[in-house]
Order: sequence, then C-alpha cells, then structure tokens
Amino acid sequence: MAKILVFCETQNDQLKKGSVELLCAATKSQGEITALFLGPQGKAAAPLAGQFGATSSLVCDDEKLSSYNPELFCAAASQAIRDSGAEIVLASTSMLARDLFPRVAAKLDCGLASDCTQLEISGNAVKARRPLYSGKCSAEVEFINSPVKFVLMRPNQLPVSDPQSGKSAEVKLFSLPPADTKTTVENVVQGAVGKIDLTEADVIVSGGRGMKGPEHFKMLEDLAATIGGTVGASRAVADAGWVPHSMQVGQTGKTVAPSLYIAAGISGAIQHLAGMSGSKVIVAINKDPEAPIFQRSTYGVVGDLFEVVPKLTEEFKNILK
Amino acid sequence: MRIFVCIKQVPDTETKIKLKADGSGIDEAGIKWVMNPYDEFAVEEAIRLKEARGGTPIVTAVTVGPKSRCSDALRTALAMGADDGIVVDAPYETDTFTVGRLLAAAIKAEGTADLVLTGKVAIDDNASSVGQFTAEFLGIPHTSVVSKLEVKEGHVIAEREVEGGTREVVRLNGPCLIAANKGLNTPRYASLPGIMKAKKKPIKELSAQTLGVEVSGKVKHTNFQLPLEKPPVKMIGGDPSAQAKELANLLMNEAKVL
Repeated sequence: MAKILVFCETQNDQLKKGSVELLCAATKSQGEITALFLGPQGKAAAPLAGQFGATSSLVCDDEKLSSYNPELFCAAASQAIRDSGAEIVLASTSMLARDLFPRVAAKLDCGLASDCTQLEISGNAVKARRPLYSGKCSAEVEFINSPVKFVLMRPNQLPVSDPQSGKSAEVKLFSLPPADTKTTVENVVQGAVGKIDLTEADVIVSGGRGMKGPEHFKMLEDLAATIGGTVGASRAVADAGWVPHSMQVGQTGKTVAPSLYIAAGISGAIQHLAGMSGSKVIVAINKDPEAPIFQRSTYGVVGDLFEVVPKLTEEFKNILK
Repeated sequence: MRIFVCIKQVPDTETKIKLKADGSGIDEAGIKWVMNPYDEFAVEEAIRLKEARGGTPIVTAVTVGPKSRCSDALRTALAMGADDGIVVDAPYETDTFTVGRLLAAAIKAEGTADLVLTGKVAIDDNASSVGQFTAEFLGIPHTSVVSKLEVKEGHVIAEREVEGGTREVVRLNGPCLIAANKGLNTPRYASLPGIMKAKKKPIKELSAQTLGVEVSGKVKHTNFQLPLEKPPVKMIGGDPSAQAKELANLLMNEAKVL
C-alpha cells in the first residue's frame, strides 16, 4: 500500500474540484491517503478530505502562508512529505502547485511529472501520461531513482465519486519549519473575486476577433454565468487590449482542458488550438464555414454569433432553471 | 553585474510532430527549431537591463541540449545582444531535474549570478519546472509568471500573475531567478549588424562530465503516442433559434457535459 500525499487547494472553504479528483484517484488505488493543506485559508476544508478517502489532513495554518511565498511553502511542503513518509505526491497543475512542486522535488532530490492528463496508481507504481508539443503527441512518464514520485495532474481529467458524508479526516496541525526567506509578498491586487482560474475551469466560453469589441464580452459572460463557466479569449483579443492577458487561451496564454469549450468568433490559429485542443467537447460558433476551428470541434454552428449566443443563453436559462 | 539567461531550443509551433517507429521519442528529421518564445522575453529583459546600465552588466545565455543544433538558439540570443553563450551538450530528452542541475552547475562554474532569467514554460514539454529546479540548486529564491520587473540595488520587485487574474507584487532580496511571462516586454528582432556581431561572440562548450553532474535523470518519457483521431465535426443547421435549441440539446443529452 503506497503512502500518498495529496496537496489540496481550496476556494471559499471548499475543496477545489482538481483536489477532489486527486483524492478519488488515490482512493481507487487503495493507498494510504494523507491530505496536505498549506495556509490558514485551507483549515476549514481540511476535514472534508475525509469524504473522499483521506484518513488524515496535515495542516500548516501559519499566517505567513496566507499569501504564496515559494520558499516558505517549499519548507512546509517538504516537512509534510518527510513526516508523512509519502512515496507519491499528487497535486493539480494549478498556478500555485506548478510553481511550488518543482522546487520541493529539487529539495528532496526527486523527479516530477507536470501537467499529466492520465494517471493510474497500483501499489507503489505510478503510470502517468502527459501531452507534449501542445498535444501533438503524448508520452508515458517513468520514474527512475526518485524516492518520492511527484505527479501534477491537469484538472478535469479524472472521475470524481460522490462524497461519503459523515466521514471526516483527522486534522493534524504542524508548525512552519524555520526557513530563511529572501522573498516577501508586498502587495496583492485582487482580480475578479471568487472567479475560477481558466486552467481549472470545467466550462469555458471564449471570444475572438469576431466579437468585434470589448463591449460585447458581456454577452459571453451572460452565457458563462448561465452554464457555470469562465470567460476566455484569443490572443488577438488580448493583444488588442479588449481583455486582460490573464484571459488569453493558447500558446502564449493558458493551456486549458475543460469538459466544454465554446469558441465564439475564434478562427482557430494553431497557437490557439495548442492551448485548448485537450478540451473534451469543443463548440465552434463562427460565420466563416472555412474557419480552421471547425476541424477540431465536436459541434459546429455556422452563423452570426450576435444572434446565436444570446439565443443559446436563453435556451439554457429555460432548461436549467 | 552578471546576468544569466537560460534558454531552450524547441520545435516551432507550426512544425508537424512525427514519432519514431518504436515510440521511444519524436522523429527530429525535418523539424524547424526556434528559441522557446517565453525565453525571448527573458533575453530581451536581460538586454534592456544591460542597456539601461550603460552596457556594463555581462549577459550570458546558457542552454542545455545537443550542441550541434542548440548553438543556433544561442546565436539568436547573441544577435539580440547577449555577450556570450554557454552550451551544455546533453541529449534533447534530458529530464527537467537534470537540466536544472546542469544549468546551475554551468552558472556556478562561471562565478556568481546577480540575476538569472528564463521563460516561465517551454512550449515543447509544457513542464514549467526547469526554472524552479535551477533556483533551488543554486540556492536562490525564484518567482515565476513575471510580467513586470524592476531591478534595484540588492533586490528586485516583480509583478506576477496568479489565479483568476489576481496579481502579486513580490520582493526578492539578493540574487534570484525570474521566470518571464508574456507582457514583460516586446522582444526585438535581431538586426543585421547584431547577427554579424554574434558570429564573433564566444560560445563555451561544456558537458555533464566536465561539470561533474550525474545525468541518469529522475523521469523518462516512454511509449510516445499520437492523439486519437477526433470524430468529424457535427454541423448544426437551421436558423439561429433552431441552432441554439439543437446545440443546447446535444450538449445536455448527447455530450452530457452540462
């Protein structure tokens, strides 16, 4: 039975979906599961990890971890990995984890597989697969001589099971090990509060040049709000300053893999496809029937997005109410 | 002041990827190689820092990979304005852990780095790991996804993007590693005189052996596969109302994603 440590991230005192996916995958392998929460913001959700199979939750609720400091987070995570005797460490490929865990792996003299899309654990063996060259191929990751195997999974790739209500993980607090830090977070400028990051979103509604101007993105926000999605954009639109760069999907933006990706007025340049072709279901709405996006889509609508998108929102409002 | 820029040579985005018959890797024949786009932001930032300081900082571009082709990426950095280059000869497949080890060893062999710059991710393996590995092996702090950088006396102030469009302003004291995001600057094209000058700039060749680094690695990519063929797109006809109705129906009842 492998000892598995699952790094859990939270939002509004709830486990993020990516973290639940990892707990479920670990449970399936019948490993001994410990959840790890770093920072006071994770404390409330720590017992909830038990509903998805964790026996205990290690929590470092030091105030110094309330914002992300790589050196302090690295010190705390390394400590937890050593204390738990973890042989496998799982985390989501979130902005935070993808920054943190390579540093932790380096410190512990271990290897790491980032941005994986498939994962199977049996005993101590880890079988993970990751896309390469923007999804033009994929490869299996084999760990060699790595006492702890670090696997970062892309969110929305693994099945989740229903929570076992009534079950709760035993919360064990640990203190932040002394660490000499040269880093200080001086200021945090909040984006849209409570917004799920594109890389973790399960539904994305993206707009391109066909949106004709920033004022029309409201239409996509309405659709996204109706179906529980996050709004993204193409490079042309971000470069034109219609939306911030943080919303850009594609090669010089974010790599996303939601269950549903709706591309409105996006022609589908290879750089855009590189960032979203891993999506399960792709919908293209475009007035140009020759747009390359259609070749990568599951469903295609040739039409005027200014007519189709509001009608689609209305349709969902009726169905989902 | 000594600035190191870590760069990687990667296949151009437009390049078609073919696999070796035994699935052990990609077939490199016919690939057009370029400097990783995010590393261009790092090179540009280093050169701007040099220019803003009357040209005194020395900018060294470092890369790990097969020296026969990776030197081209170094020449590009030199043509943009870097002073010299180091190539650590190693197979393209070298894992991110080992690349970090080699970069750190190559930098240490040169003396002390005041600042190390690199791209936040390489577009070939999408790992976003090498910078952090390198920083830990150098024993210096790092920050990634940086879109604004101010280099002061003894410290830097970096603005970085985190989740949901939130931005953090981070201060790092002493030597540090910065991984660049898009938006940090607009990389210049190498000028013709720049390209001519680059030909005469020195490129040092090193190897894992000369650096005393073990290269067996921690992870290995095996069993390469091409993606499954996607079924053809289902086009939805009719007027906008009919299209919206049918699309909503398919997403709910056929694809079951909502």
